[in-house]
Amino acid sequence: MSQAADLRARAEDQASPFPSLLVGAEHLAATVMLGDHGRRRAGMGDEFWQYRPIHAGDEARFVDWRRSAKSDQQFVREKEWQIAQSVLLWVDSAAAMGFSSDKNLPSKGERARLLAMAITILMLRGGERVGLTAFAAPPRSGEPQLMRLANLLSAEGSDADYGEPEARGMVPNSRALFISDFMGDMTKVEAALAKAADRGVKGALLQILDPQEEAFPFDGRTVFESMTGAVRHETLKAGDLRSRYLDRLAERKDRLQAIARATGWQFQTHHTGDSAQAALLWLYTAMERVH
Amino acid sequence: MFMLGPIGFAFPLLLLALIVLPILWLLLRAVPPAPIKRRFPGVALLLGLEDAETQTDKTPWWLLLLRMLAVAAVIIGFAGPVLNPQAERAGSGPLLILADASWADAPTWSAKLDRIETALSEASRAGRPVALALATDLPSGDLAFQAAEAVASRVPGLAPQPFAPDMARLATWVAAQPDPFETIWMSDGLAHDGRDAVLDALEAKGDVRVFQSARAVYGMAPATFADGVLELTALRAASGDGADVTIAARGLDPNGVERELARVSLRFEPDQSRATVELSLPPELRNRVSRFEVIGQRSAGAVSLTDDTLKRREVALIAGREDREGLELLSPLHYLEQALEPTADLIDGPMETLLLANPDVIVLADVASLAGSEDSQLRTWVENGGMLLRFAGSRLAASDVSRSEEDPLMPVRLRAGGRTVGGAMSWGEPKGLRAFDEDSPFFGLQIPPEVTVNAQVMAQPDPDLPQRVIAALADGTPLVTRKTLGDGQVVLFHVTANAEWSTLPLSGLFVQMLERLAVSTRPAAPDAADLEGTTWLPEQTLTAFGNVEDAGVLPGVDGAALASGLPSVDMPPGLYAGGDRRLALNVISSETVLSAAVWPSRITVEGLSVAEETPLKGLLLSFALLALAVDLIASLALSGRLRGPRAANAALVVTLAAALGFAAPVAEAQQDDSFAITATSEVVLAHVITGDARLDEVALAGLRGISQTLFRRTSIEPAEPISVNLETDELSFFPFIYWPISADQPLPSDEAYAKLNRYLRTGGMILFDTRDADTARFGASSPNGRKLQQLARPLDVPPLEPIPNDHVLTRTFYLLQDFPGRHASRDVWVEAAPADAEQVDGMPFRNLNDGVTPVVIGGNDWASAWAVDARGNRMFPVGRGYAGERQREIALRFGVNLLMHVLTGNYKSDQVHVPALLDRLGQ
Repeated sequence: MSQAADLRARAEDQASPFPSLLVGAEHLAATVMLGDHGRRRAGMGDEFWQYRPIHAGDEARFVDWRRSAKSDQQFVREKEWQIAQSVLLWVDSAAAMGFSSDKNLPSKGERARLLAMAITILMLRGGERVGLTAFAAPPRSGEPQLMRLANLLSAEGSDADYGEPEARGMVPNSRALFISDFMGDMTKVEAALAKAADRGVKGALLQILDPQEEAFPFDGRTVFESMTGAVRHETLKAGDLRSRYLDRLAERKDRLQAIARATGWQFQTHHTGDSAQAALLWLYTAMERVH
Repeated sequence: MFMLGPIGFAFPLLLLALIVLPILWLLLRAVPPAPIKRRFPGVALLLGLEDAETQTDKTPWWLLLLRMLAVAAVIIGFAGPVLNPQAERAGSGPLLILADASWADAPTWSAKLDRIETALSEASRAGRPVALALATDLPSGDLAFQAAEAVASRVPGLAPQPFAPDMARLATWVAAQPDPFETIWMSDGLAHDGRDAVLDALEAKGDVRVFQSARAVYGMAPATFADGVLELTALRAASGDGADVTIAARGLDPNGVERELARVSLRFEPDQSRATVELSLPPELRNRVSRFEVIGQRSAGAVSLTDDTLKRREVALIAGREDREGLELLSPLHYLEQALEPTADLIDGPMETLLLANPDVIVLADVASLAGSEDSQLRTWVENGGMLLRFAGSRLAASDVSRSEEDPLMPVRLRAGGRTVGGAMSWGEPKGLRAFDEDSPFFGLQIPPEVTVNAQVMAQPDPDLPQRVIAALADGTPLVTRKTLGDGQVVLFHVTANAEWSTLPLSGLFVQMLERLAVSTRPAAPDAADLEGTTWLPEQTLTAFGNVEDAGVLPGVDGAALASGLPSVDMPPGLYAGGDRRLALNVISSETVLSAAVWPSRITVEGLSVAEETPLKGLLLSFALLALAVDLIASLALSGRLRGPRAANAALVVTLAAALGFAAPVAEAQQDDSFAITATSEVVLAHVITGDARLDEVALAGLRGISQTLFRRTSIEPAEPISVNLETDELSFFPFIYWPISADQPLPSDEAYAKLNRYLRTGGMILFDTRDADTARFGASSPNGRKLQQLARPLDVPPLEPIPNDHVLTRTFYLLQDFPGRHASRDVWVEAAPADAEQVDGMPFRNLNDGVTPVVIGGNDWASAWAVDARGNRMFPVGRGYAGERQREIALRFGVNLLMHVLTGNYKSDQVHVPALLDRLGQ
């Protein structure tokens, strides 16, 4: 009996550094059925791609004798091109991301981190290299990178109200993923995206919003404050502001959509009230879009 | 009390607080409602947006008004407003409440009692000593003044008396009281003589207030009968507008049940206090009427009892000889008709119809013998209390009726031939009558000298002749003889009924003799001279409310007092019997006049109704509460808390406030009923909770399976089965209970055993399943079997036997011979058939038990065979392969048969099924 209890205590000690983020992300990632991960062209890799007749320049040891024995020619077995991609993530960790309108809903930051970890798992298991921007974690493959990223993402956020996307440390011609609510200064976002486009980095912008931010269901005399209290707005009739607020929100989304299209990125809005699986699926397909 | 219109205020100074209201208005108006603070990251998008219209940050005026009204209502409520406040009479000193309590009080007695109670409560509030006295039931000695509460306990026991108060005695009694006192006089509204004297005596003691009801008092005068119609007279005390009253005649119907025999309506003209109406009733009905009453008035004065004066006897006349037209004076019945016509009802006809009409007297004038059946019917009628009056004549003299032997319908034996006296061939003069003996019913009648007898039939001098003679001639010859036959009597006049043989029918003595023989009714009520010296016993008495009651044991009353006609406490109104007569003493005699009491103008006469004072405090405070509740909802709505994200909190507060008013015990009661309703609204099968969870689950699943099977295959449509706890649930809802036995079940308590026994006795069935038929037989050979014996020992189980081949269970729905479950054993036991059950020729089965067997005991584990899980799959395998499925099918069929037996009983043992059964059995 005591041996089992001891074992359990030690196991729990061991498990404590594992962030719960990882567990949730594993669960989420497991629901996405991984399809074929290949690049659909011949190249270096493990998977069989096609047989092609031998031509000058191929070494003898590449000949596939079994196939060749079935016919007169000699055939070389070609493998699929599987190249490890680099994917760089940036997850907004400002104060505004800590907002959740309902205690049943996760905060935006939690959902952002969950999605980031899940896509990381998918990518790493698919053989890509994943890292964080701003030199926080250079892209590496393998399971230990998972732990490292989990720890980094679970770290404390900044005290600023709204976050600015980091585009430093991008590997050229790689993939990037920015997850934020993009409520801050739009010029910073545009600058980061321009910088990324310069480097030839394509990626996806995922805007995470709370259902309350999307709907603005307020009425009456209200004082609105940002999460740190730095920004304040007082109104005597909140119901009147709704239409104008929604206009402004739509305008911002349009702007993000425009800049994303201009730089070849994808843009999507996700609400914390919706299921994370849908967002993950979108992220996965967005990462896969080569062209 | 400060009065403001119809509203009086108990604490008027509080109303000064209303001045505060305008200040409150200004304060509230100036303080705006607080804004809500929200954390919202999207505020970055809100920067720079201006409010389109500046909504005032002050509270809206209607909300302020509501709050003002609420506060005002609270202030006014606490000031104690009262609607229609009672003007309090300042009075002190002892108080006498004097109630007339006569029969005229009876219709409004409860209102009078209420008024007395109100007066008592006023007196207790003022702390005055009170005494209560009834004018018809004066306390002996002096008045005792007590505290009002002590007197109030006597009030419900007060009752009016069915006679008028003796005002003279009341006046002397009042005058005899030593101390002064104030009086409240609950008068009955009638003018009695001597009321003024009483009023003077009371005023000598102190102030007098008079209360009387405004309702008119109606009375019923005695009914009279004249010229074949009844004349009914009603009186009323208050005159004024015309009024209609209805009078009902009540009496016994032929079954002896009292019912209303006739109804007539009567109209009082304006300013008339008497009204008369004529009512004609058939004599049958008239003789049965026992009282007349005014409908709607519950008092003794509205009831008038009828006595003998209205009853007329029915006399049937039968003559032996048909009279020829024109010779009426020679007809034998002529003089009888003349004598009886005024006072009796005469009927005529053949004997059979006459006997059916059940008259009081049958007169046979010169009838010798009757046909056999008539004879016996007449004998029966006489024995049942009828009087047979026979007159002699030539036929009787010529016949041989009652010569050698006494005929049952003749009082004496007759001698052959008659006797003619004073005729051409006789020696003497026509004989006169002798004076009547003391024991003769004719005793005391004067015999006029012109009554002579010429001829008569003679009686044989038998030993008992002297007892039977009730009238004789001067020389002792019997003239009228009588004998009793059963309850009735036979009387023979030895002369004819007409004037041929004697001059008796021509005289007044004849009429008197008939009257004495109770052949006719008394023509008039006896007067005081007649009644002198007689004693009358009360048979029925009248209560003040007009109910006729049996008199019980009450002392007799002197006839002279009865003649005076005024009921008093010694002589209550009612029906008095003396001898064979009955006299009614009514509250209202034929001379009574009802008139309303007249009071001098210095006396305040008040009605009985008390204007109720309604306190308005409760109303105003509840209005204030309501206004504040509305204010709560309105302010929540205004500040946006009702629809926003904080709406949940606000809604919670509001619903809590609303729910405080509604109590939760309603839900409790419904929970108890819901079990009964689910169990009884459809057929529901039940199993006993044994405590073993797996066993109970299997039992429930088994019952579910058999319920589904029944639903599909038969017209029984059971609902979901129910688990029954023997200790707490009611068993009688369920027609069938399945009891799986396991070795470690708890034993039921004594109350549970009583419930089970009652269940078995009243037609329930329990299926005991020991589930171990694969290893054990019925008995104590297995732990389950021993447990079953232990469980069933206190139960009222009849003798058992294994199911015989022709038990009704083998054919109630399917034709079965096996009763397998998961095990296939034939060891199933049911109630034993009676030892004498025999098989009738031609029937393929014996008629065994008449009812449903209360227990079925077996071990075949039926629940597992029937068990079906939530998806509809069979839970347990039965047997192996195809044979196993067949066994399961037979198990289901057994279940269907069993439940059909439970619900239809012995239906399939009826002979009507035999042809079909023989057909199916291939015979």
